[in-house]
Amino acid sequence: MQRTIDIKKIWHFLTRYIDSFLLIGLLALMGVGLITLYSAAGANIAKVSNQMVNILIALSIMWLVANIPLQHIRRLALPMYLFGLALLVGVALFGEINNGARRWLNIGVTRIQPSELMKIAIPLMMAWYFDKHEITLRMRDYLVATILLMLPVVLILRQPDLGTAIMIAASGFFVLFLAGLSWRIIAGLAVAAAASLPVVWTLMHDYQRRRIMTLLDPTQDPLGAGYHTIQSSIAIGSGGLVGKGWQNGTQAQLDFLPEQSTDFIFAVFSEEFGLIGNTLLLLLYLVVIGRCATITAQAPTQFTRLIAGSITLTFCIYIFVNMGMVSGILPIVGVPLPLISYGGTSMVTMLLGFGILMSIQTHPTLVKT
Amino acid sequence: MKQYVELRNHPFELSKFRFRLLISIGFVLILFAILYARFYYLQIVQQEHYHTLAEANRISILPLVPNRGLILDRNGKPLAQNYSAYTLEIIPKKIKDLDATLDELATVIDITPTDRQRFKKLLKESKRFKSLPIRGRLTDAEIAAFATNRYRFPGIEIKARVFRQYPEKEIVSHVVGYISRINDQDLEQLELNRELPNYRGSQHIGKIGLEQSYERQLHGTIGFEEVETDAAGRSIRVLSRTPPTPGNNLILSLDLGLQQAAEKAFGERRGALVALDPNNGEVLAFVSKPGYDNNLFIGGIDQENWKLLNNSIDRPLNNRALRGVYPPGSTFKPFMALAALELGKRTPEYSMSDPGYFSLPGSAHRFRDWKPGGHGRVDLHKSIVVSCDTYYYSLANDLGIDNIHSFIGQFGLGRKTGIDVEGEASGLLPSSAWKMNQYKQKWFAGDTISVAIGQGYNLTTPLQLAFATMIIANNGKAYQPRFVKQIQNSQTGEIENIPPNLLYTVNLKPKNLEVVKNALVDVTRPGGTAARASANAAYTFAGKTGTSQVVAIKQGEKYNEKTINERHRDHAMFIAYAPAENPQIALAILVENTGTGGSTAAPIARQVFDYYLLGEMPETTVALLDEPGEDHVHDHL
Repeated sequence: MQRTIDIKKIWHFLTRYIDSFLLIGLLALMGVGLITLYSAAGANIAKVSNQMVNILIALSIMWLVANIPLQHIRRLALPMYLFGLALLVGVALFGEINNGARRWLNIGVTRIQPSELMKIAIPLMMAWYFDKHEITLRMRDYLVATILLMLPVVLILRQPDLGTAIMIAASGFFVLFLAGLSWRIIAGLAVAAAASLPVVWTLMHDYQRRRIMTLLDPTQDPLGAGYHTIQSSIAIGSGGLVGKGWQNGTQAQLDFLPEQSTDFIFAVFSEEFGLIGNTLLLLLYLVVIGRCATITAQAPTQFTRLIAGSITLTFCIYIFVNMGMVSGILPIVGVPLPLISYGGTSMVTMLLGFGILMSIQTHPTLVKT
Repeated sequence: MKQYVELRNHPFELSKFRFRLLISIGFVLILFAILYARFYYLQIVQQEHYHTLAEANRISILPLVPNRGLILDRNGKPLAQNYSAYTLEIIPKKIKDLDATLDELATVIDITPTDRQRFKKLLKESKRFKSLPIRGRLTDAEIAAFATNRYRFPGIEIKARVFRQYPEKEIVSHVVGYISRINDQDLEQLELNRELPNYRGSQHIGKIGLEQSYERQLHGTIGFEEVETDAAGRSIRVLSRTPPTPGNNLILSLDLGLQQAAEKAFGERRGALVALDPNNGEVLAFVSKPGYDNNLFIGGIDQENWKLLNNSIDRPLNNRALRGVYPPGSTFKPFMALAALELGKRTPEYSMSDPGYFSLPGSAHRFRDWKPGGHGRVDLHKSIVVSCDTYYYSLANDLGIDNIHSFIGQFGLGRKTGIDVEGEASGLLPSSAWKMNQYKQKWFAGDTISVAIGQGYNLTTPLQLAFATMIIANNGKAYQPRFVKQIQNSQTGEIENIPPNLLYTVNLKPKNLEVVKNALVDVTRPGGTAARASANAAYTFAGKTGTSQVVAIKQGEKYNEKTINERHRDHAMFIAYAPAENPQIALAILVENTGTGGSTAAPIARQVFDYYLLGEMPETTVALLDEPGEDHVHDHL
């Protein structure tokens, strides 16, 4: 009897701050990811077990974060932001150049990519800021928040890492939007953005411009920049309604797909499981998104609402941008498909966010509004 | 503390937040709908299109190049054969820095500067995605060395290829010709003939000689292999295979031994020899000296060798037997004699007195005989045996150019024989109509005189002379000369005989023929112009000597073989057949810049006959014989 009690205690300890609905959704997605990865990697079990380790680490971090009450996390917002910003400046000054981009910082024991940290730090920082000035929210606060956002975005853009910069800018914008940024300003920003397109175009790197040109007409350069888009479109299209079957995707199995276990893993999935598979996958994502939205809507404080909303919406944008670029409606920016693409860093970042959501959902608050 | 503040939060703020969240989620749903529309478009609307593209990605159709047919002599000795070897090939498109890669490659496998040069030349002429050889004939050690380093050289591969080889080189180069890499012109021609699909994967095509003329027989039919390939182009597995049909083998009538005997007899002299079988027109020997090593052309000839061959004063690339045109000289006389008899302008009994020259009525101009003082009384028989010029001067005047043209034209002089190889020259047998057409001038009686002895406007190829000689030897049958006797299916071994092609028969009275043929036999007997060459022959042999002039000598000037530039010396000519009573071989010989036919050309004929009829291979090159004087007749300006 003693033993049963112990197990019950342990179970309680483990699941106390875990949102089981959300967890099941996440596990289902990660399961799909592992199955697809096995096929994409050419039945290479080593890669799959690697990813399992990544998932375990990420789940542990998620659990840890879920166990931390939000008021503690809130205190971390400013130091985390400042630390991240300092690291980004460090990258700009001393960063290692890899494939023509300066993204990594060597800190002796290991190399880190500070832009990953910013993916969490930005929503935290901005949510913290709005939370702090909640009562007296004025125009000026939105301006300050925008500056807080733009500092790291510009630094990341200059690395250059367009994909990450866009995702971080998006996560910050969601905070601004949810915090009540006036519609007029949003409209104004949209107009300004449209007007500044030519300027942005001249500021862009050659390869970035090429990617956009390629999106408009991938056949222009079928073996160069257009290759990725063409091959992944072929993979998806040839999958048809029911797909070619697991491990039977010729585009994937014969290496026609680029980066098929990371950014382009969706093409492998799509080729092998067809439109039916895509439908189920999108529904699964929507279930997770729905749960996250519920948590956001029920979040007790301004801070938690903003942070939960930002995490939820950024997750959606990740999915859209990745699937969009793989299916050829968006330019190719290196954005992984959340919970499915191979890679530890993005998995950790994602689950860290979900950990925060769980913490918001499961920690008792004094008063619910 | 925080929660305390939260207490004062306005419910309005919360509903405003929730409204914004709702808008955001609605926006997300719109984005997802866009994605879904895109998937539907790709996977349902365009599914077939992308399915086709994926299959095209996956399946490559690899051409299987057929093995080229062999070329064999009449006894089955190979004149063109194949061997397989490994080559190292580069696909230029897959290499970023070609020079650096070649430098690196040179550390693994020997690459000479010549290899590089040739490769660069190929590179200029070829498409970037075509596989080009950098080294041929790899040794086992080299194959092993490359295999272990292969990972360092993407885009470079070892390929097993079949190569052409001409074991007899110079000896039969002008017959066999050569294949070489397909160039843009060839591609255009293939496209025009709708043969391009059959040449997918083929690297070579016949350029000249039998290799060119029998390209369709030799090339064979392409096969295909459907192969599943990965993105790097590596084959994963074969899905289906249609094997190629190898080209047919050509079995020539050419006798390699005879060819070698003729070559040997020529030695270092320049010239040509064509020997035909009078019973069917088969080419027994076909020599053009000098020849060249046709193997040099297969992989693309290098600059140095090309210059050597192309700039040589001996012009080894010139096929003299087929394309060289020369005045037939006195070898023209037997045909003139036949014309005289057949057209009733002379009888065998008629004789004339030869003062050593001929003048047209009412003209002081003297057309001189080669023998000062003349030959005395000359009838038709003697005119051939001693090669009297004056007899033919007067005969020509009686016949007139257009009779000569139409009668001798029947022997094929001055037009293509229709031999089964491309590039034949037509030469010229003049007529008044031709001169009017060419020079807008009427024909003068004086023009006819030099034509009579095979000079003047007369131009024939050695092949035409052999053809004409064959027609005399076989009493009028004009067989189309041809190299290829049989075509062998290289898979079944089945042999298809190509029957002799009798083009037409020249209608000749047997008694007239007999007169001329008897005279031709006496040419080779004591008193004749080729007596020395045929002394002690074990068979009777008929022939006619001739001299073909290279430069004109002015009226009153004397031709002196010793003082004239070697390249301006006369060409020696000889036509002959043997055995005289039942001819098995008829030939024409040209030896450039060596003087008279009796002294240099006839001895070559003797050796060729000895080999063909008796099986005796000549020991050495024939020596110059000291024959009695020959017809050194020259045009007078």
